[in-house]
Amino acid sequence: MLKILKTRIHQGYRTSQYPSKPLTLHRHFKGLPQVNTACRDEMAQRCAEMCPQEAIDAKKRLIDLGKCVFCGLCERISNGEFVHFTNEFAMAATRREDLLTSGAMPDLTVHRRKDVQGLFGRSVQLRQVSAGGCNACEADTNVLNTPFFDLSRFGIGFAASPRHADGIHVTGPVTRNMREALLRTYDAVPEPKIVIAAGCCAISGGPFRGSPEIIPLETLVPVDLYIPGCPPHPMTNLDAFLRFFK
Amino acid sequence: MADFLTIQNGRPFKRIQVPYLHFSEFRANLLKLAFKGADVVQFFAYQEDPSIKEVLMLGFNAPSRDFFSYEEEGTVQLMAVLRKDHQLFAVQTTAPETFDALSRQDMRFQLFEREIAEQFGLVPKDHPWLKPVRYHANCRGVKDVFGNDYTQDIPGNYPYFQVEGEEIHEVGVGPVHAGIIEPGHFRFQCIGERVLHLEIQLGYQHRGVEPLLTSVPFKRLPILIEGIAGDTAVGNALCFSQAMEALLNLTPDDGAKTLRTVALELERIANHVGDLGALSGDVAFNSSAAYFGRIRGEFLNLLLVMAGNRFGKNLVRPGGVTMGLIEDSRNLILSKIKELRPEIKEVGDLLFSAHTVQARFDGCGVVSREIPLVGVAGRASGIDYDVRQAFPTERYSEIPACPHTRTHGGVFSRAMVRFEEILHSLDIIERLLQRPVTTQPVVWTGEVSLASSSCVTTLNEAWRGELSHCVLTDSRGGILRYKIKDPSFHNWTGLAMALRNEEISDFPLNNKSFNLSYCGFDL
Repeated sequence: MLKILKTRIHQGYRTSQYPSKPLTLHRHFKGLPQVNTACRDEMAQRCAEMCPQEAIDAKKRLIDLGKCVFCGLCERISNGEFVHFTNEFAMAATRREDLLTSGAMPDLTVHRRKDVQGLFGRSVQLRQVSAGGCNACEADTNVLNTPFFDLSRFGIGFAASPRHADGIHVTGPVTRNMREALLRTYDAVPEPKIVIAAGCCAISGGPFRGSPEIIPLETLVPVDLYIPGCPPHPMTNLDAFLRFFK
Repeated sequence: MADFLTIQNGRPFKRIQVPYLHFSEFRANLLKLAFKGADVVQFFAYQEDPSIKEVLMLGFNAPSRDFFSYEEEGTVQLMAVLRKDHQLFAVQTTAPETFDALSRQDMRFQLFEREIAEQFGLVPKDHPWLKPVRYHANCRGVKDVFGNDYTQDIPGNYPYFQVEGEEIHEVGVGPVHAGIIEPGHFRFQCIGERVLHLEIQLGYQHRGVEPLLTSVPFKRLPILIEGIAGDTAVGNALCFSQAMEALLNLTPDDGAKTLRTVALELERIANHVGDLGALSGDVAFNSSAAYFGRIRGEFLNLLLVMAGNRFGKNLVRPGGVTMGLIEDSRNLILSKIKELRPEIKEVGDLLFSAHTVQARFDGCGVVSREIPLVGVAGRASGIDYDVRQAFPTERYSEIPACPHTRTHGGVFSRAMVRFEEILHSLDIIERLLQRPVTTQPVVWTGEVSLASSSCVTTLNEAWRGELSHCVLTDSRGGILRYKIKDPSFHNWTGLAMALRNEEISDFPLNNKSFNLSYCGFDL
């Protein structure tokens, strides 16, 4: 008992002050990219050709955050000329086309699912479905329950049963073998409900695009919120939840 | 050992150097070596490069030995890599469509043979328990060994093992679980609270990684490799990069070797700390669950400082690393270790000395050392095998082994082994980062051609245990076959065995004490 108290005192209070105080991630964190529209054509072309995710539109100078894994190769080979990855973690969008960006994202608080803001603004429960993810997305979602992020202080939680949930949070490229389980989980969530595609795989198939073993999420259920990243940083998830629901 | 080629971890060899035996001889030799105590590192099927066959038929450049003298028996080749006494042995054959299962004599081959049956449609005759591994059609388009129609959902045409009796009941869990974890199905046969048998059905995460690796452009390879298992991104990237280095004749500089070793150890610490937190949570000891949960994040943030990604993705690439370590970052890592070591010791002491925790951990889920486990679970059962000592790569030959005090094979031992490894890894990192590290960063654009008709096997001690990749190249320097084996491939059986005669309520605790990879297994 004394040991528990002693450790408790040593551990102190660790919860982040976010969002009342802004939080800055380490400068090495690869967040929202800023594309240099004045970049030379051949450099933009070279970056597009080398991109392992084929996420770059060289002509329009856009990066598709739904395909990008934030590996930073384009920044490295262009030595920052084509793009610079900032440490901005807020990157979520409600429309797939908004993920094609040169560095500016639309306001996330305005979206077509206005109904949920009044209904779930104070309390929202999500059912997480891992559908072929590599466990990085899942692990960095779980982290939101640790004392630093303390997700429950915002009235947001992850429910054990889809019957108790207001939406599903899907990670992974959706494998053929998870199709049925995903659909049944979705069906078990009462209306109105929300679908969140978290991570590059759920949005675009990620590294696994082209595999006959996966089925794009959007062909199975309607997606309301896209959270980019490989995996999304816990702050990217948290920011998306707060601005989308609140 | 003339029947085998002795190979080195991460050293390439021409495929023609590997003894090519008749299947019956291949089978007998493998069983003989296994009987002497060898373990299976790799055992898989592949289809020969058609152009090599063409060259042979035309009579040009034919190998001096009759490489395809048994071709008439089948079109699928088998390759095996076994390990014994810190040595690796390779051998190959052409497999008949139906062959006598090696598993009848030695259970170490059982899952490998099931995988061969599923991937290539060969039949291991009289296999003691021939069931699907990941539930997908075979790559040759031949008749399915299991009689499955893959338009039907998993598990298809498979009746789960059932215990019968008046008092028996069955519990099915998953694939979607209560927490935020990966999918898998667990089927328990119980009498009252007691588990008589646990059957684990995986495959829900199957993304078809291995076929993708041989069909996509080389520029996509590292991203795919790091998506095999996100919690083992550094381990997999290391196995991949070492294999590419072998086939491209590249040597990373000393600074890169240091940073790779540090990254692999940070990955180990982050995961082990997280597991101790999760184990605390599973016995409702919430204080250490919260503290370890937070401390795990500190280590993920150190990986972010090194790699720009909390899981260490995008750092390790063939030829070295993509980022050097600036002095600021080195000092940050060292000062964080100094700050966190006493915290980890204090919270660890809190966990291991709590009576309520001891009552749940002690004697729970004991696995005999006769089950061939690897990594943490193996060492917790007294199996003294660590790739860092047996087949050292990078900077590991300079690093002493981690001694363990508890090796009784239960939950307590698996937790204690993790705790000891955390402290050991902290020492490794401190030691390696004593002096400034300089390295020439590399980029991977995939504009390369690999050594032709070659093979390389790489092994590393990822945080769960022995992780191995095996790459076979074709005559044009492309990848003919890419085989991945996660440590979980060996250890899921251990979890099923650990549950026998335990209470079903102890399942989450046992599951977490192994914390195996679903996606690393499912590929």
